[in-house]
Amino acid sequence: MSPTPAIEFSNVSLRFIDAKGNATVALRNFSMSVARGEFVAIVGPTGCGKSTTLNMATGLLKPTVGEVRVMGQQVTEIDPRIGFVFQADAVFPWRTVLQNVAAGPQFRGASRKLAIEQAADWVQRVGLGKFGNHYPHQLSGGMRKRVALAQTFINKPEILLMDEPFSALDMQTRTLMQDELLQLWSGTGGSVVFVTHDLEEAIALADRVFVLSARPGTLKRVYDIDLPRPRVMSEVRYNEHFIELSRRIWADLREEAVLA
Amino acid sequence: MTDHTLPAVLSDEALARESETARARIQRRKNMIIVLRIVVLAIVLGGWEIAARAKWIDPFFYSQPSAIWGQLVEWMRDGTAQGSLWRQVAVTLEETVLGFLIGSVAGILCGIVLGRNKLLADVFSLYIQIANSIPRVVLGSIFVIALGLGMASKVALAVVMVFFVVFGNAFQGVREADKYMIANAQILGASPSQLTIFVVIPSAMSWILASLHVSFGFALVGAVVGEFLGAKEGIGLLISTAQGAFNASGVFAAMIVLAVVALLASYLLTAMEKRLLKWRPVDF
Ligand SMILES: Nc1ncnc2c1ncn2[C@@H]1O[C@H](COP(=O)(O)OP(=O)(O)OP(=O)(O)O)[C@@H](O)[C@H]1O
Ligand SMILES: [Mg+2]
Repeated sequence: MSPTPAIEFSNVSLRFIDAKGNATVALRNFSMSVARGEFVAIVGPTGCGKSTTLNMATGLLKPTVGEVRVMGQQVTEIDPRIGFVFQADAVFPWRTVLQNVAAGPQFRGASRKLAIEQAADWVQRVGLGKFGNHYPHQLSGGMRKRVALAQTFINKPEILLMDEPFSALDMQTRTLMQDELLQLWSGTGGSVVFVTHDLEEAIALADRVFVLSARPGTLKRVYDIDLPRPRVMSEVRYNEHFIELSRRIWADLREEAVLA
Repeated sequence: MTDHTLPAVLSDEALARESETARARIQRRKNMIIVLRIVVLAIVLGGWEIAARAKWIDPFFYSQPSAIWGQLVEWMRDGTAQGSLWRQVAVTLEETVLGFLIGSVAGILCGIVLGRNKLLADVFSLYIQIANSIPRVVLGSIFVIALGLGMASKVALAVVMVFFVVFGNAFQGVREADKYMIANAQILGASPSQLTIFVVIPSAMSWILASLHVSFGFALVGAVVGEFLGAKEGIGLLISTAQGAFNASGVFAAMIVLAVVALLASYLLTAMEKRLLKWRPVDF
């Protein structure tokens, strides 16, 4: 593993100033280091600053105190090596599936023809081959999420940030998408930071789970998840070690939920 | 019970028969609506004609459908006092379209520039509201004084009528662009200009198109009022001449000509809107 981590937060705090001028501390003294190729999950009660953390890694938000480094360099602007799958639906409704997926290469200077060619490949890979010319409103929520995944993966990000990407999906679709994600990730060697409310999802996917405390968020504990890979989502949750881990982390989270 | 039970198997044949009857029912309904519309028109026009002939209303002031039709036919056949009717339509249409194009292009550009800039937006949003609520038609007098009786004063009034509406909507549309969608585009690699072209403008498009619809009518009002206030030709002048001669039929006839122009434009704009917004879900 390379000595410089993919992402490094050192003692980061962030406060928001709202329209009336009131300050809220969203994150306090947060430190985290994500190695290259590592899959990290962040869990914590609502409003504890999980989304804020991801936004700082993209450069959309700047830390008030402390430092955020990506690939060893302090973040000043949006890094092209980063991909982001949003919690909300962020595909472009006026573009077809193919055009949506082609957006990244097109923005980055590829010719229209080349971008569409690449997009066709990715649309196929996420299982939407028949829907290339559909508009997002003609797809189901799960299909739109796949469009978002293809849209992000086509840029071959070395760092993938995901903000509760599957929280709006039903159990079956979610399991399917999680398997898909692990498969896509295992082929890339990139790092992933995955934010979720769902503890089991975090344990099933990640190498390490970061638990944040209630607002203002601080790092409460880090758990190493030493479950063997490759993991199959529908089976891993019955693994004894999984159940044991899940029980321990739940105990931690419950305290926080009570505090929040 | 026997009649309304569903068939045990939905055969293709039964489905085909059902869509057959459904289609026939839909067609019958469409025809009925057309017939009812014609009936309503006949009642209104017929009532007006009868009321005028029976002297319940004074046809000198309120005219009557037959007289209006006669006036239209006369204009089409012999031309108006100021030249052929088509010439008047062409003049007014030219002023309207010019004003509409200049006003909407300027409105869209300003709306996007201001909408993308938080400070400018906060400063100007107040003035946009004010400009939108004052009766801008009054400026027509100023334009006639400043720009003379020619085409320029009418175009200027049409521009002013259109500009603020389109501007306000483009501005609003830009401000409502989804912030996640913008962040998504930025992370996917969009430069500021790509962001504007590929995300901000398309997402403001439904707002802009809605305003174009309204504002073509405004441009027409601007052109006609401009002609009304002082002109050498155009439909507005036709109306003011008819008014001067106490020719109510002339006023109504000119109004019908304007209505036809406005309806045609609205039809064209709807077609354009359908094309540009084909990505939108149909209403429930
Ligand atoms: N733009 C903002 N202005 C002011 N306060 C904000 C802003 N964005 C977030 N906050 C506050 O910062 C805190 C952290 O927000 P954040 O979105 O990071 O939470 P989260 O952990 O992602 O929550 P959830 O799990 O519900 O998505 C919240 O208390 C929120 O009220
Ligand atoms: Mg969040």
